[in-house]
Amino acid sequence: MDWFLGTDTATQKLVGMAVAILLFVAVMAVILLAVDRPRRVPKWLVVAAFVGPALLGLAFGLVYPGIVTIRASFYDRTGSEFVGLDNFVTAFTNEQFLIVLRNTAVWVLLVPVVATFLGLVYAVVVDKSRFEKFAKALVFLPMAISMVGASIIWKFVYEFRPDQPGVNQIGLLNQVLVWLGIPPQQFLITQPQNTLFLIVVLIWIQVGFAMTLLAAAIRAIPDDIVEAARLDGLTGLGMFRYITVPSIRPALVVVLTTIAITTLKVFDIVRTMTGGQFGTSVVANEFYTQSFRQNNAGLGAALAVILFVLVIPIVWYNVRQMRLSEEVR
Amino acid sequence: MSATPTPPVTGDTDAATPAPPARRTVNDRARIARKRLSNPWASGIALVLAILWTIPTLGLLVTSFRPELDIRRSGWWTVFGGIFSGEAEFSLENYETALFGSSTNLGSYFLNSIVITLPAVIIPITLALLAAYAFAWIPFRGRDVLFVAVFALQIIPIQITMIPLLKAYVSLGVNGTFWTVWLSHSIFALPLAIFLLHNFMKDIPASLVEAARVDGAGHVKIFFRVMLPLLVPAIAAFGIFQFLWVWNDLLVALVFTGATPDVAPLTVRVAELAGSRGGDWPVLSAGAFISMIVPLVVFIGLQRYFVRGLLAGSVKG
Repeated sequence: MDWFLGTDTATQKLVGMAVAILLFVAVMAVILLAVDRPRRVPKWLVVAAFVGPALLGLAFGLVYPGIVTIRASFYDRTGSEFVGLDNFVTAFTNEQFLIVLRNTAVWVLLVPVVATFLGLVYAVVVDKSRFEKFAKALVFLPMAISMVGASIIWKFVYEFRPDQPGVNQIGLLNQVLVWLGIPPQQFLITQPQNTLFLIVVLIWIQVGFAMTLLAAAIRAIPDDIVEAARLDGLTGLGMFRYITVPSIRPALVVVLTTIAITTLKVFDIVRTMTGGQFGTSVVANEFYTQSFRQNNAGLGAALAVILFVLVIPIVWYNVRQMRLSEEVR
Repeated sequence: MSATPTPPVTGDTDAATPAPPARRTVNDRARIARKRLSNPWASGIALVLAILWTIPTLGLLVTSFRPELDIRRSGWWTVFGGIFSGEAEFSLENYETALFGSSTNLGSYFLNSIVITLPAVIIPITLALLAAYAFAWIPFRGRDVLFVAVFALQIIPIQITMIPLLKAYVSLGVNGTFWTVWLSHSIFALPLAIFLLHNFMKDIPASLVEAARVDGAGHVKIFFRVMLPLLVPAIAAFGIFQFLWVWNDLLVALVFTGATPDVAPLTVRVAELAGSRGGDWPVLSAGAFISMIVPLVVFIGLQRYFVRGLLAGSVKG
């Protein structure tokens, strides 16, 4: 099995990868060749060949584990004893978890609103300007990098050095404070505002997304509407308030809800910047800690279920609005 | 859209607004563009935001090229003064330490990232293409119900699947190999991929498919000869998203590779370094950029497809 599962040397890894891809291609080719006879093969077999592999994967990797986890959320930390709603009671009453829930609420309220607002402002001010493409790319770049990379970039901005003579600040934000005559701060440690400094990182990432979608929506506003409004004497802020924003309302909702869903599941930033310490943990991070560090399977499952339940209404609203905005387009 | 607020009626604006031409010419558009550009407030806001957005990255990038001692002694912004006085020093030493140093060894993690990413992009796209074709062009009983069910699976947060999936991998004996990450990423990508590719396939004119069918082509031939060539832009768009998603992922890799050096990708190692060697900025800054360079190149090179994918809804919820 070594050629199949081995991961010791670089060659072994690359060979393993090639084998995996070839194996996959071969299996798919055999399945498709078998059903490639228009008359003789019954239709259900053709359908099975096309959708079967994907459905099997979904059943194995999403549906079955999802059901198992929902069941596990009603059992104790080892999964052997039924405890009813105890895990959920813990999650909603324990002081430590109340902080987690409070932080999650702050994230989900602030990130979508601020990111969408900044994205909208940016989309409007750079629209049709000469350096539009370049200016957009700058704001857009954070979307391409990992949240881990973004976290390190910002951790460096927040870097703290003790306030002593002869010690220079190397984090930009603390240096700015020093220039202003304010003593440097431990941004990531001082509660409760440290959560806000983590939130900045996700806003920094998401503004590019908001800007792109909203810029496209703005461009789709019919010229005659804009022209008519201009004839009515609307300019600048008036145009923004009475024409732009109402015209792109469906797109705005889609952006807000999409960012809210991403925010609910944010894990990488908290994990990389503080590890969930200093009162910065959120539900998705606490899920990881309880499941894989504290080995409390029941509580971990309950947190995952809470995440699931919180996501459902946002997704539902998102899908509805997406339909609407497609009709408008 | 019934709640659209009505603009305030203003008085003597007719004199100020020239009558618009029946059709806007290129010159008119250029004039409007210039007018907008000349709005000092808009330009000012754009400039401030663009600078604010770039400075954090610039700071770490500059730092990654500075000698270790300089990083510890002074802020990265001092190099701009240093360049004029000729005192600023730059080197690739941090990158060398991060990539090949025995304690960090990001080079081998880089390879892991590549080995993880390629199959985790190719497999789900292939599976999703086939399934999307069936959902779009093979009529069968229960098709719509099944399609809605697959679409609805998007709402499942991947966290909810992790412990049972990990147990399944252990009992299959593939725990701690690349297979766990390949399978997981492939499955997690399917609902969105099937939905998006289905939408693209639906847009292909039915007459093309009919013509091929009249010529005696079966579904397999239609899929390869008619669909695939027309779907290249859609595949590129989703491919970039899946690539960025897998390469940048932390959670899936952390849970399923167990953070072992044999299989863990760059993100896992760099996140670990941020925790265990939080103040070691020479290695951290270089490490962060080593993990970012591939997605940045892909992104800058294929930005057009990226934007198209974004507008089609390629965002994982």
